[in-house]
Amino acid sequence: MIEVKDLHKSFGENHILKGVTTSFEKGKTNLIIGQSGSGKTVFLKCLLGLFPYEKGSIAYDGQVFASLSDADKRNLRAKIGMVFQGSALFDSMTIAENVMFPLKMFTKQSKSEMQDRVDFVLKRVNLEDAHNKMPSEASGGMQKRVAIARAIVNNPKYLFCDEPNSGLDPRTSIVIDNLIQEITEEYNITTVINSHDMNSVMEIGQKIVFLKDGYKEWEGSKDTIFRTDNEAVTNFVYSSNLFKKVRKMYLEEHE
Amino acid sequence: MKYLHNIGAYFLMIAEVFRKPTKWSVMRTLILKDIDDLIIGSLGIIAFISFFVGGVVTIQTALNIDNPLIPKYLIGFATRQSVILEFAPTFISVIMAGKVGSFITSSIGTMRVTEQIDALEVMGLNSLNYLVFPKIIALLLYPFAISIAMFLGILGGMAACVYGGFGSLDDYITGIQMDFIPFHLAYAFIKTFVFAFVLATIPSYHGYYMKGGALEVGKASTTSFVWTSVVIILLNYLLTQMLLSQ
Repeated sequence: MIEVKDLHKSFGENHILKGVTTSFEKGKTNLIIGQSGSGKTVFLKCLLGLFPYEKGSIAYDGQVFASLSDADKRNLRAKIGMVFQGSALFDSMTIAENVMFPLKMFTKQSKSEMQDRVDFVLKRVNLEDAHNKMPSEASGGMQKRVAIARAIVNNPKYLFCDEPNSGLDPRTSIVIDNLIQEITEEYNITTVINSHDMNSVMEIGQKIVFLKDGYKEWEGSKDTIFRTDNEAVTNFVYSSNLFKKVRKMYLEEHE
Repeated sequence: MKYLHNIGAYFLMIAEVFRKPTKWSVMRTLILKDIDDLIIGSLGIIAFISFFVGGVVTIQTALNIDNPLIPKYLIGFATRQSVILEFAPTFISVIMAGKVGSFITSSIGTMRVTEQIDALEVMGLNSLNYLVFPKIIALLLYPFAISIAMFLGILGGMAACVYGGFGSLDDYITGIQMDFIPFHLAYAFIKTFVFAFVLATIPSYHGYYMKGGALEVGKASTTSFVWTSVVIILLNYLLTQMLLSQ
């Protein structure tokens, strides 16, 4: 579980996060949603320790990140898997080498053990034939799956995904969403996804945090988001006619 | 103020490069790859430029000696001094600031733009050690490349002298052996080690701390070339003053 209390972050005069308090639960897919510029990416980077923050605290299973020693921070980070928006695969390595990278860095496994683990996770993301391809030879969807494989290869306790569906077609987006949810439940990890894809919200939003102008405007789940009367949330989520109809159908069905 | 900030940030980066070392088995591979990219990959252009510039130095020296009282072997002497003291260590380093420096800035800058550096940081690695330290170690072999430049520069001078009809082979060889001061070689290699460090770190700084997208990667490469060249020229002056003046 990740607990965030009163998180503030500024860049110069620009106050991006204005006291966000929330928690992300273990074994669930937790979504952070909000309009562009609402502070989602900054929030995620604060959670990851990539951005220092001025005020507040972030605790990973009770361990307050800012108060950890450098060694403990390194140990904690070894338990974090991250899927970046652009996948962030290392260009100079093959897909198998990319996935093996965290194992090489943080474990003392033999080469054959590492190879077995790489084979296993690549099979888990349906890429068993892509070992020797370079990232540039892989499609956007494949790159995302490689990034997921790299993120889970070390059995992380926490998985972060920044816009995992950006640039993907709807079919591939659903595949990626389902894969993330399956992995979250299978390994009982705390998954935090930064998204503005409404399909993801409806499909895998077991917990949803809505950010607006640096504040936490609303939180709930994919079920409660249909019933909320929060104007900012409904304006954002049901901005398209399709989702308005989906909401109407859901409410009629559940009345 | 911006310059002072950059100078401070550069030295903080250098300190960070030597903290939290990357696993040796991984670092070894990175060092070998950087030796291949930065040193072996540059030998061709170094050899080509050295040979022909050595020839040009010889021709220009020969053409400027029109007094019959000045012996011909001074052509070899002047070529050797020019090549060892200035041309090989400094001129080649400025060229390398363009070739190697741009490569370092653009490769690290692209990693920054595509969040690969963030990926390293999230994993708990010291990304500066992972990216910059192997380049510093690889460039410890830079004096090897410069010694090849010295040899080929003098060889090019010999070819130009003999085949251009500016002097005999004996004269040229007499000239390059005349009044040889071994400390000049030491001076040249001290400069080379300092320039190697500059070549590894200033372009890395510009790549690592760049912000923006593809256009900014190009701008960072240009800025990196300018500043690396400026620092090399300034250090060349300071080191020459310190090491050669009485």
